[in-house]
Amino acid sequence: MSETVVTASSIPAGGNKAPPAGMVGPWAWLKANLFNSWLSTATTLLLGYLILRAAVGFIDWAFIHAIWTVPYSAKGVPDTSSCQNAKEVGACWAVIGDKYRLILFGRYPYEEQWRPALCVVLFIGLYIVSAMRRFWRKELALIWIVTLSAIFILMGGGLFGLKEVQNDYWGGLPITLILATFGIACAFPLSILVALGRRSTKLPAVKLLCVLYVELIRGVPLISVLFMASVMFPLFMPAGVNIDKLLRAQIAVILFAAAYLAEVVRGGLQSLPKGQYEAADALGLSYWHKTGLIILPQALKLVIPPLVNTFIGFFKDTSLVLIIGLFDLLTMGKVALSDPPWQSFSTEVYIALAIIYIGFCFAMSNYSRGLERELGRGERR
Amino acid sequence: MNQTMSAANAIGLVGAPVITLDKVNKWYGAMHVLRDVSMTVGARERVVVCGPSGSGKSTMIRCINRLEVHQEGKIVVDGTELTDDLRALDTIRREVGMVFQSFNLFPHLTILENCTLAPIWVRKMPKAEAEELAMSYLRRVKIPEQALKYPGQLSGGQQQRVAIARALCMKPKIMLFDEPTSALDPEMIKEVLDTMIELAEDGMTMVCVTHEMGFARQVAHRVVFMDRGEIVESGTPESMFENPQTERLKLFLSQILRGH
Repeated sequence: MSETVVTASSIPAGGNKAPPAGMVGPWAWLKANLFNSWLSTATTLLLGYLILRAAVGFIDWAFIHAIWTVPYSAKGVPDTSSCQNAKEVGACWAVIGDKYRLILFGRYPYEEQWRPALCVVLFIGLYIVSAMRRFWRKELALIWIVTLSAIFILMGGGLFGLKEVQNDYWGGLPITLILATFGIACAFPLSILVALGRRSTKLPAVKLLCVLYVELIRGVPLISVLFMASVMFPLFMPAGVNIDKLLRAQIAVILFAAAYLAEVVRGGLQSLPKGQYEAADALGLSYWHKTGLIILPQALKLVIPPLVNTFIGFFKDTSLVLIIGLFDLLTMGKVALSDPPWQSFSTEVYIALAIIYIGFCFAMSNYSRGLERELGRGERR
Repeated sequence: MNQTMSAANAIGLVGAPVITLDKVNKWYGAMHVLRDVSMTVGARERVVVCGPSGSGKSTMIRCINRLEVHQEGKIVVDGTELTDDLRALDTIRREVGMVFQSFNLFPHLTILENCTLAPIWVRKMPKAEAEELAMSYLRRVKIPEQALKYPGQLSGGQQQRVAIARALCMKPKIMLFDEPTSALDPEMIKEVLDTMIELAEDGMTMVCVTHEMGFARQVAHRVVFMDRGEIVESGTPESMFENPQTERLKLFLSQILRGH
């Protein structure tokens, strides 16, 4: 897999010949890929026509004939008749303008909504800082602890003169980000331990425990784990002990994600050549040094794509918490649509929600691709 | 065998035993891969182990630092017996360096980091000191200029020399070589063998599994021939190559020599 390096000295005396004309440039690319036979030309033209038509139709609906605002009555009720009239031809973005704060922040007290908004900004800032490799040091853990504590104080209040807000009133994007961020941040280290435990040869009891855990959790749907956490778990607790709903859902998400991530990590551990383990052993490295310095850095790098795939999956799976009565982003979209004047404009709301989800997920996948490239530099085998 | 050792002892080359294998047996499942293997290696002694593939020579050498676990018999290295006791194992692995057929450098670390890793984490050496030490060994294997590259950017011969330097950075008392040149192109074999010869001249205790008979002749005090899991014959390189006693060794030598 080594690359052939062409150096000046390796060019034969005859010199390099230029490739024949018509082999390079955008026209050559088009000819080779889209118009190389009558069948492919026909397919290109047909698909081009269909794509163009759909794009024109969408732009027409979403922008040209779209209605951006609607008048309000004296009582503050929106008058959506203009939207109703334009139903088939134009989008009604007024619903977003009217409902975006409900969708983003749920039933959080209206005048306090700068707090969840600031939390979202903090979350995004945390992601950006964590993504930069020059911040990958011990201090990063401190930054996480401080930021996440700040987020909880902001959301919950009761400190520093902030009004207390019970987490029953939390909702929308902060709930999604809290569940996903805590879920992945706790599940990932846990999954590494489980994967290592599952591969352990010296501790059969630990191995059995890890196998049972992974197989049990993977064997049931996330919904049933969430139900267990919200309905059954309190039954097992002594009377008077009440762990709140959000925390229970969070634990369920962590346990579920960790089981899946553990299998991804285990795949990475298995794909490392045995020689790496032996070389580390032969140098006298302890188990944890070997694992932390030699095995995990390589194994985790190998599984970046499936790892990010799982992260993305879990980011979206957090929307399932609606079934135990938590109001995440998607659920708040549904709640917004239950308002009678806006009931028939679900397309617009779902498109807006999709844009938010795509924004986060695309950022993740794009980042992972860059990371793969960067970590792979200079060490191709 | 004892004759050889006493002969070497007499001229003051070989010191007290540092590796002792006493009736070592090992099975993979039902397959008996080491049969009553007994061998003693003295300090500063250089032993070459040869034999056809599947003869158990690699398994034997890997038992010495417990990459493989033997089931019967006794292995004592540097005064410590190899058992399940992890602390004893750590002590032994610190004193025994190993070089593998497939180099097994850590591809995610630079050459320098490969060399400083164990001194820093196992010997608790300060980083600057470990780097100085690593550079001195990289100079010795003649590739100091590659220190900041990654293993994937080096040729096979260079990688194997780094592997030797990496093992030496732990200042081991004993070096084990498991077919160090078998994965190399012919033009790279020499540079690795030269490094090993230099190491031998410095008085390192070496056990080397190899088919390089020229190397054996040049540096080995003793050659051990293994076949089907047992030691068939051993002696000085001269007596082994010029006057083989057993049919199996004669056959092996004829095959090896035909190949060269």
